[in-house]
Order: sequence, then C-alpha cells, then structure tokens
Amino acid sequence: MRDQRLERFDQTILPHLSAAFNLARWLTRNDHDAEDVVQEAYLRAYQFFDGFHGGDGRAWLLRIVRNTCYSWLEKNRPREPAVVFDETKHSAEQKESGPEVPLIAREDREMLRRALEELPPEFRETIVLREMEGLSYKEIAAVSGVPMGTVMSRLARARERLYECLAALKREET
Amino acid sequence: MTCEEIRGLLSPYADGELDLVRDLEIEQHLRECPGCAAAVARTRSMSTLLHDPALYHKPPADLHRRVRVSLRQAGGARQRGRRVSLPWSWLGVVGAAAVLIALALWGALQGRSVLARDELLAREVVAAHVRSLMLSSHTLDVESSDQHTVKPWFIGKVDFVPEVKNLEPQGFPLTGGRLEYIDDRPAAALVYARAKHIINVFIWRSADKDCPPEFLERQGYHLIRWTDSERMFWVISDLNVKELREFAELLRR
Repeated sequence: MRDQRLERFDQTILPHLSAAFNLARWLTRNDHDAEDVVQEAYLRAYQFFDGFHGGDGRAWLLRIVRNTCYSWLEKNRPREPAVVFDETKHSAEQKESGPEVPLIAREDREMLRRALEELPPEFRETIVLREMEGLSYKEIAAVSGVPMGTVMSRLARARERLYECLAALKREET
Repeated sequence: MTCEEIRGLLSPYADGELDLVRDLEIEQHLRECPGCAAAVARTRSMSTLLHDPALYHKPPADLHRRVRVSLRQAGGARQRGRRVSLPWSWLGVVGAAAVLIALALWGALQGRSVLARDELLAREVVAAHVRSLMLSSHTLDVESSDQHTVKPWFIGKVDFVPEVKNLEPQGFPLTGGRLEYIDDRPAAALVYARAKHIINVFIWRSADKDCPPEFLERQGYHLIRWTDSERMFWVISDLNVKELREFAELLRR
C-alpha cells in the first residue's frame, strides 16, 4: 500500500525537484536553507499527497514549497526587514523613462540577479513562477493563493521594478 | 482605452494572457503610442533576460537522493504510526489504521522507536533474501536439515555462535545455512522451509537493546524483527503473516 503510494509520488511529484529547489533558493537566497526547505516541503507534500487528484504536479508542489518557504522564513529570519514597495517613486520613474529601450547585455546577469534578490519576496516569487517556470497567471494565482488580478499587478510592478533597479545599478557602475 | 488603463494590461498582453478582443485593442494602441510600445518592449527584454538558464538555480546532485531517502523514512514512520515530534507524522489515518491492524495481529506488541537505520536494515534484509532466491546455488552454503551440522559450520565465520533450532516437528524443517554481510558485519542466515516457502532468518551481533518482535511488510515480503541478548534477528519470507509469526515465536522460545 505504502509502496504504491510512494511510487506514484515518485512519478508525479519527485520529478519537479528542480522547480522546487529553484523557487526555494530564490525565496531563501541561500543554498543550504533552500535544501532544508525543499526536504521539508517534500515531506509535507507526501503527507498531503492524498489531496492531489492528478493534473499538474509541479504547480501543486510549488504551492507547498512556497508555503513552506514563508513559514521557514518567518521562523528563522523574523527580523528581516520587509521591503516596502515604493509605488510613488516607481510610478514617477516609469513616466520619465522614454521610449528608447536600452539594451541590457548578458554581462549584466549578475546585476539582474542582485536586483531580483532585492525584490520583495512576493514579487520575486511571481517572477520566478512566470519567467522561470512559465506558469500561467491562473496557475500562479493557485500557487500563491491570491486572485488573478493580484498576479497581474505583481508581475507588472515586479518587472518595472527590476528594470529600474537594473538601470540604477548600471548608472552606479558608470 | 486610456494609456493608464492600457499600462495595466501590458504585462498580461506580453505574456499572451489576454483574450483576442483585448489583444487587438492593445495592438492598435501600441501602433499609436510610443510610450506604451516602449513599456511592452521593456517587459519583453526583461523576460528574455530572466529566461537565462544561468539564473535558474539547479539543485545539488545528491538532493534527489536525500529527498527520496527521507520520504522513505517518513513513509515507514507513517506506517508504523509514530506520533512524536516529527511534523509530518500526525497525518495518516490510513497509516495509523495499518499500524492498529499490525498491532492487533501482534497482540499489542509495543512498537519500537523508529530509526532511519531500521529502514535501511529492512532494505538490506529484503535484498539479501531476494538474492538468495535468485539462484538455487545462492540459497545455501551449508545444506543440512541437522542443526548439529549447521551450527558448527558458522563457528569462525561469524562473531557469535548462532542457536540453530530443529523445528521440523512443528512443520518448519531446516534446510541449511549461509553467510551474509548485513549492517556492516557478518551475519548468519538460517534457512527454513514451510511447504514451498523459504524462510530466511538473519542473525548478527548488535549492541541494540532488547526489543520485542515487530512486523513489517516490504515489497510483498513479510518481515519480523527483534533484538535479544545482543543479537539482531530478522525473519523474512513470502509466507503468510500468521504462520510466519508462529515460526518467529518458535524461534524465540
């Protein structure tokens, strides 16, 4: 009985380990912590596996990874200052930026990594789910437990914010 | 639509998440509005950058294995219904029910604390049992139904003297013995038969404290394990639970 259940779990959920680790790593920003979170998330997933009725195992797992990350962060890094998204500043900058699209070179990958790490976690999460996992808005809404409208606005703001961060980092550099 | 309204939809537009009507509306607007067109271009260039595989964190090579192992340990804990501090062990009415049945069968024997080691040992035991059955030449190193032949054969081969019982009158004839290597040390394997079923009894020296028989099922095999005066005993067979339990009780007497 257990073996069958485990086998089914191995086939449907275990293959999404990379996605689980990537999300956990971006949310915890640390390799070791991400490994711990992934292990814990898998155990939770196995525990709730009876509630998985087929479909996309990846989205199902990522929801658990995401929730495990946040409880983990709350427990282990409670003092971490929550970055408040400054909408006024962001909106003003957006209007100023002209029609030209500065080309961002591959060499700026490190900057992008930094910029993404500095985003508030819920924005980072949305970016990872959309851009790296290619989840649909509907799937992201399910993973993050928020309405579609929130996904839409988080994504738009996160992208603009990333863009601004990158531009600022580039300015610093030159 | 105004620019303001359009801006709100540019992300889903770039992601192909809008319906056709909205899509066309926005395309129309983008042709006329360089500001919004630039915003879409930014979104797209940002997407391209984020698709960089170097930004995708790959799990360490052994994480897959570690997750598998911990799942199997947790699975074992779940089945045996251990309800201690492990956060995942509270769930599983099914697991608890399985344990209740096992316990009922076993006359409410006390379950021993679950160690990861148990699970590894169970696997070793199953593997050794299966291996012994693969070829008839693997089953026995010393073939004899006489316990006085089998017992001395082990002397000098394992670091203890195994007790070999004659259980033929009870319907479990001894067929012989074999050497095994389990739990990082030499182990004695006593082979008994019941009709056409083969029963392997693995015995090795162990510092574990005494513990009463515990029943397990792995890959369709029935296993009974216990520890008694510095010996670890594992009985394994495809025989039915009732008769195997009877056999284990005879061995323990």
